[in-house]
Amino acid sequence: MTTTPQEHAVRFAGAGAVRRLAWPSTRYCLIGSAVAIAAVLPLTCQSFVIFQLTEVMIYGLAILGLNLLTGFGGQFSLGHGAFFGLGAYVTAILMQHYDVAYYWTLPAAGGICFVVGTLFGLPALRLQGLYLALATFALAVALPQLLKFHGLEGWTGGVQGIVVDQPDAPDFLPIDPDQWLYYFTLAVLLVMFAGAANLVKSRTGRAIMAIRDHPIAAAAMGINAPLYKTLTFGVSAFFTGVAGALGAFAAQFVAPDSFTLFLSISFLVGLILGGMGSLPGCLFGGLFVLYVPNIAQTVSRGLAGAIYGVIMLLVIFVMPSGAAGFTRIAWAHLSRWRSRRTQVNNLIEGRTP
Amino acid sequence: MMLDVTGLGAFYGEQQALFAVGFELDAGQVRTLLGANGAGKTTVLRALCGMVRTAGDIRFDGKSINGWATEDIVRLGVAHVPEGRGTFVRLTVEENLQLGAMTRRDHAAIAADIERIYDHFPRLKERRTQQAGLLSGGEQQMLAVGRALMLRPRLMLLDEPSFGLAPLIVEELFGILREVNRETGVAMLIVEQNAALALEFAEYAYLLETGRIVMNGPAATIAADEGVRRAYLGY
Amino acid sequence: MQLLLQQVMAGLANGAIYACVALSVVMIFLAIDHLNFAQGEMATFSTFIAWQFIHWGLPYWVAFIAVVAVSFIGGIAIERVLFKPLHHAPILASLVGFIALFSILNSGDGYIWDYTIKSFPTPFGNKPLFGSVLIDTHEAGMIGVTAMMLGLIYLFFRGTRLGLAMRAAAANPESARLVGIRVGWMTALGWGLAAAIGAVGGMLIAPVVFLEPNMMFGVLLYGFAGAVLGGLTSPAGAVIGGFAVGVIENLAGTFIPYVGRDLKLTIALVVIVAVLMVRPSGIFGRAVVSRV
Repeated sequence: MTTTPQEHAVRFAGAGAVRRLAWPSTRYCLIGSAVAIAAVLPLTCQSFVIFQLTEVMIYGLAILGLNLLTGFGGQFSLGHGAFFGLGAYVTAILMQHYDVAYYWTLPAAGGICFVVGTLFGLPALRLQGLYLALATFALAVALPQLLKFHGLEGWTGGVQGIVVDQPDAPDFLPIDPDQWLYYFTLAVLLVMFAGAANLVKSRTGRAIMAIRDHPIAAAAMGINAPLYKTLTFGVSAFFTGVAGALGAFAAQFVAPDSFTLFLSISFLVGLILGGMGSLPGCLFGGLFVLYVPNIAQTVSRGLAGAIYGVIMLLVIFVMPSGAAGFTRIAWAHLSRWRSRRTQVNNLIEGRTP
Repeated sequence: MMLDVTGLGAFYGEQQALFAVGFELDAGQVRTLLGANGAGKTTVLRALCGMVRTAGDIRFDGKSINGWATEDIVRLGVAHVPEGRGTFVRLTVEENLQLGAMTRRDHAAIAADIERIYDHFPRLKERRTQQAGLLSGGEQQMLAVGRALMLRPRLMLLDEPSFGLAPLIVEELFGILREVNRETGVAMLIVEQNAALALEFAEYAYLLETGRIVMNGPAATIAADEGVRRAYLGY
Repeated sequence: MQLLLQQVMAGLANGAIYACVALSVVMIFLAIDHLNFAQGEMATFSTFIAWQFIHWGLPYWVAFIAVVAVSFIGGIAIERVLFKPLHHAPILASLVGFIALFSILNSGDGYIWDYTIKSFPTPFGNKPLFGSVLIDTHEAGMIGVTAMMLGLIYLFFRGTRLGLAMRAAAANPESARLVGIRVGWMTALGWGLAAAIGAVGGMLIAPVVFLEPNMMFGVLLYGFAGAVLGGLTSPAGAVIGGFAVGVIENLAGTFIPYVGRDLKLTIALVVIVAVLMVRPSGIFGRAVVSRV
């Protein structure tokens, strides 16, 4: 059945994907205030809350990686937990076996994930939709098995995994390691979100979206689809790999069972609930992934999974396009209401509209 | 009056696409809806089939069908050959035709009708067990028309049947449509961008511009009026 | 050589299970144009209900039929309550629906029936078939029932108007409406069928893998793999794919060095992905040709 590119984009990613990415000044104000609040928070909160906020950011970043691939690139992945785990393990191995300073492990983790992601993207070119899902699914299932494999135990630490030392704050800053990790993660997050925003707005970003919406037309326009699609995989893996590295610092260890299929699915759920094709939505997704399983457990240990499922359903029924879509629709209604109010007021007071 | 439309408005979400559109069609009549790209012609047909949100009055056999589900409107005997043909690409040619008769119960007559369609469109008979998606544009259009005919409709709505087809095929297709109208008395409302073709085929024409009907009249009169042709129809 | 033959037969025996699951996956795909990720959990839940009926004293075949009927209705209910509201949402929103369903059913049956492993009766007995050590009566029964289901389903989809209507509704809902098909109800029916087929599969598999909430998890992966391998549009392909996956998995585990039990699933999936690279629609699947 023929769908126009418009219809396809809207069906795939919700209303957000079609709107031009205009950034009015209100947006910049909101972001500015959010960053300011984020910068101040750890000075006022308990250690545990700081840790959780750090995790939200880490998951948000991981979901951002998936968003670049699925939301903007239109390619499906059930395997991003594997890139997260790969990034984490690269960090752990470099720090524990090779004494590499923690900040250098980030580019290394990202870089290796980029390479693996690109390599994975190559055969993935031949697979569409469900078949790609199966391939990425295989990736997600394979990683824990490979990590536990006794042939590689010298490197991976087998089932036990590897312990990771939490990075210390630099000497000149009077904050504890938890707070330092928070700021470090925040800085990395801001840089990478800015990078992602730039990518999406750029010609490359538009080419990628063109490929998502109408691959044949895009190819006819001379866009090198295989190149872009493969690179998208690589970049997406890069983002999630860096998040994995940060995750290793936060958890202070890496083990195969931390990176199962469940993690991949959680990322995907977080992405959809946050709103595909939305950058801020990723943070909402991160919040969901972190808090809701815990909430479900506290409500009822035995039915935790069921409660998790029910909450997911409630969220998706109320916000079918995710939190981002919901905010957009709410904002649109609000502006319309306000402009109608102004029109009415103008009429009442005799002003020309 | 079989089909009577007054004050029809149609909406895509918040956007209004049709404004106070009115027209009518009686049994056996062939009328055409003309207009440039984006005028709203397809929207009119979709509105008749309950595929978009509407306001106003649509009456079929005097009964208001506003707000009816597409499936129920079809059961009144309205067959829509949509834009893009709407072929079931994964199913065979024969299955596509059988689907056209989905709401009928007279099995023997259905089988006879399929043979009659093959008589009209021999090329379809050659490909009866092939996947419909493999057919050429012209063949798919014929299949779409055939599928619509399987309903034994009282009203056929055709959305740009000439689109993307070679002139010879178009001639063939319209010849068959003429024959069908003569044989079975099915009324037809044809939406076309190819105004010359449509005005030759239909008895009466409506001109649509940005969602409003700006002119209507017997096809011959409109075709003869050079001013109208130049202003609205581009030739 | 003897080892090879043994492993092949063992693989085929496992494969019967995967074939059954693969068949339900494809049937559902044909009916609703989606992979049902919660298929396994629906089947497990149905099997638990069957266990409960049997526990309450119902004879096996009465319980069997009752469960199939209950599952059919349950499937329709799930579609109307859960997926119909998500119809107008972005495509991936339904994915959340599937995951939620999975979660709810999995946790639910653990809560109601607890996590202890239960045995499930088989109407076919467990004696070796005709004295052969390679296959026993239950496995033969499993293959037989699967084949019968395949036959019935083939007849239904190819030979009846309702089956055609369902296929059409799944393939192209808008065009289906234009020929008068009530697409909403076709989808609901498809789900009902899916649930019923899944229930049969679950009841056939439980005697072999034992009944517990995560019973279908591993099996489902192989079932999906088999369905994809055989081609998602071909029920016969799904069955063959299921058997193939069983054999591949066993042979990989036995003959590829260093693999052992740990990487069996990985290897199986790698092989399947490799096949898909060569034939993207699966071995028997019909490629959807779309003209630009």
